[in-house]
Amino acid sequence: MRLEPIANPSFSRSVVPPALAIAATVVIASLLAMIAGADPFAVLGLIIKGAFGTKFALLETLNRATPLIFTGLAVAVAFRARFWNIGAEAQLYAGALVTVVLGTGALPWPGFALIPMLVLCAVLAGALVLLVPAVLKTRFGVDEVVTTLLLNFIFLLFISMLLEGPLKDPMGMGWPKSARLIADARLPRMFEGLRLHWGFGLAILCAVAVWVIQTRSTLGYEMRAVGLNREAAAFAGIPVNKVLVKTALLSGGLAALAGFSEVAGLKGSLTLDLSPGFGYTGIIVAMLALLNPLGVIVTAMFVAGIFVGADSMSRAAAVPTYLADMMLATALLLMVLAIMLTRFRVRRE
Amino acid sequence: MEIVDILISASFWAAVIRIATPLILATMGELICERAGVLNLGIEGIMVAGAFAGWMAVYSGTGLWTGVAVAMVVGMLFGLLHAVLTVPFGLSQHVVGLGVTLLATSSTYYAYRLALPQVTSPPKIAAFQAYEIPILSDIPLLGQALFSQTPFTYLAFALVAATSVMLYRTPLGLAVRAAGESPAAVAAQGLSVTGIRMGAVIVGSGFMAMGGAFLTMSAFDSFFFEMVNGRGWVAIALVVFGSWKPGKALLGAVLFAGFDALQIRVQQTSFGADIPYQIFLMTPYILSIVALILVSRRAQVPAALMIPFNKGER
Repeated sequence: MRLEPIANPSFSRSVVPPALAIAATVVIASLLAMIAGADPFAVLGLIIKGAFGTKFALLETLNRATPLIFTGLAVAVAFRARFWNIGAEAQLYAGALVTVVLGTGALPWPGFALIPMLVLCAVLAGALVLLVPAVLKTRFGVDEVVTTLLLNFIFLLFISMLLEGPLKDPMGMGWPKSARLIADARLPRMFEGLRLHWGFGLAILCAVAVWVIQTRSTLGYEMRAVGLNREAAAFAGIPVNKVLVKTALLSGGLAALAGFSEVAGLKGSLTLDLSPGFGYTGIIVAMLALLNPLGVIVTAMFVAGIFVGADSMSRAAAVPTYLADMMLATALLLMVLAIMLTRFRVRRE
Repeated sequence: MEIVDILISASFWAAVIRIATPLILATMGELICERAGVLNLGIEGIMVAGAFAGWMAVYSGTGLWTGVAVAMVVGMLFGLLHAVLTVPFGLSQHVVGLGVTLLATSSTYYAYRLALPQVTSPPKIAAFQAYEIPILSDIPLLGQALFSQTPFTYLAFALVAATSVMLYRTPLGLAVRAAGESPAAVAAQGLSVTGIRMGAVIVGSGFMAMGGAFLTMSAFDSFFFEMVNGRGWVAIALVVFGSWKPGKALLGAVLFAGFDALQIRVQQTSFGADIPYQIFLMTPYILSIVALILVSRRAQVPAALMIPFNKGER
């Protein structure tokens, strides 16, 4: 077989394959539920109801979407320039680490000064963590996929070491857990009486900011050019390595905000299970959004909804929560295939 | 010196080879894929799937070697998925690879929960036992290290030799290497680049799954979550470190396992007791990165690695 680019894809060409991908994902999920011996319609219904059915469920989904918007943006920014940052998990923990180091009493400032300071320092920490793979890539040509992946393991062990050492909460009953943030370091709720913190607002703000950078700034243009064709970009006089380093700094900073927002908005302290793989899930979020920063907001809510819905579903039906991860992995693979099929025609030879 | 005592003990070297075995299998699998021009980031998930499939087969009553075959087949199925999406359809090897890892890992955990809904600690199987090769195993130090392992380890070493012979001494190997260096030339010879690359990814994925199966069927005797623990990613680093050559990659895997075995033992010495254990656990990953930096200058990457081949555009 052979792939042939389509010059002017028709409307149905650009809509049918993605719709089929979503339909196929639902069918596969139903089959998986049947394998587990459950009624597929009931399972899907429970997932949707558990994710969006009640006010409580919806708020839970928005809370779960918040870190995913940040990591999704981090991945979207990096992948757009074809810088493969698979290390959002490490950068997330870097942001969380700085938040507890400075926010548990080291800086006894009032909230209006402390929170911006924490945001700034978290961003710097995340950027710094990703700067290492970026420099290794631009200076030595070391592939960033492997270095960012391995840094996830290194960084998690580093956090574990700190939580059992200098950062350990003396009041924590022996658990590896940091002290709690002071009240001024906590993110307030966005609306009185609703369990939704300002981390969500910050995430939306970041998505808009990234969109502006990508579509309205020189850096955005350069990042896109580097992603499309590195040689052509270099030939056109774009400083490719500088652009890659800037991309990395932006991406790392965004991922770190996920850690900041989880600690300051939700958990109040740092533990080793702060992130159930938000860094990796960010890749799914970004790919489903076709690397569009505003689309990331939507897909993050969708992905968060599946996780929250599956959690509540598995309490009611005897289907393991891993159904959610399988659905998302399937959706990811089918969607990249579908997007390709909107632009290419498959010809038999 | 305690470290010297460790280095001259036979049990240390036996542990090095044991720790190296899953890495050797996974590294060979990744090497075959990459030599044909396909980066396979599905490796971590395929190892998880292989670890579970082999163990589950034996737990359900099959023989050990059947279990290895089952693991291999499961790995090859995920390899087929990866190959279909990345080779004929030419999708991003990064995205597809990570997708396959997510899918293989989550479907393994799903299957585990369905097969064993109630257990808190996973059941054990009768795993491979060490087989002492007559005469050779009596050689001091070397005999313990190399010739008193389980048959699974001997198989891994045999596969390295087979991979090397296949790549450098057979027409098939030439075709695989050419598919990774200059696919247009392969197509001009009338050979199918698609077929060669898909075959390499499928076989390579089978090897990766065997690497995972070694963990549950030889190194340990049961399956638990997170047991692969980044070994797949380390294998990708080892392929680069080994400069895409089977012999060098084997050396890299043994070297890496040496440091890993050493850190476990140093932790238990009086000197190691004062250092947080996480430092020791980190060192293998840090060493992988350092190794990548050291070889980066003279890395001989297959020229067409990660570049899809579409006959339409030439």
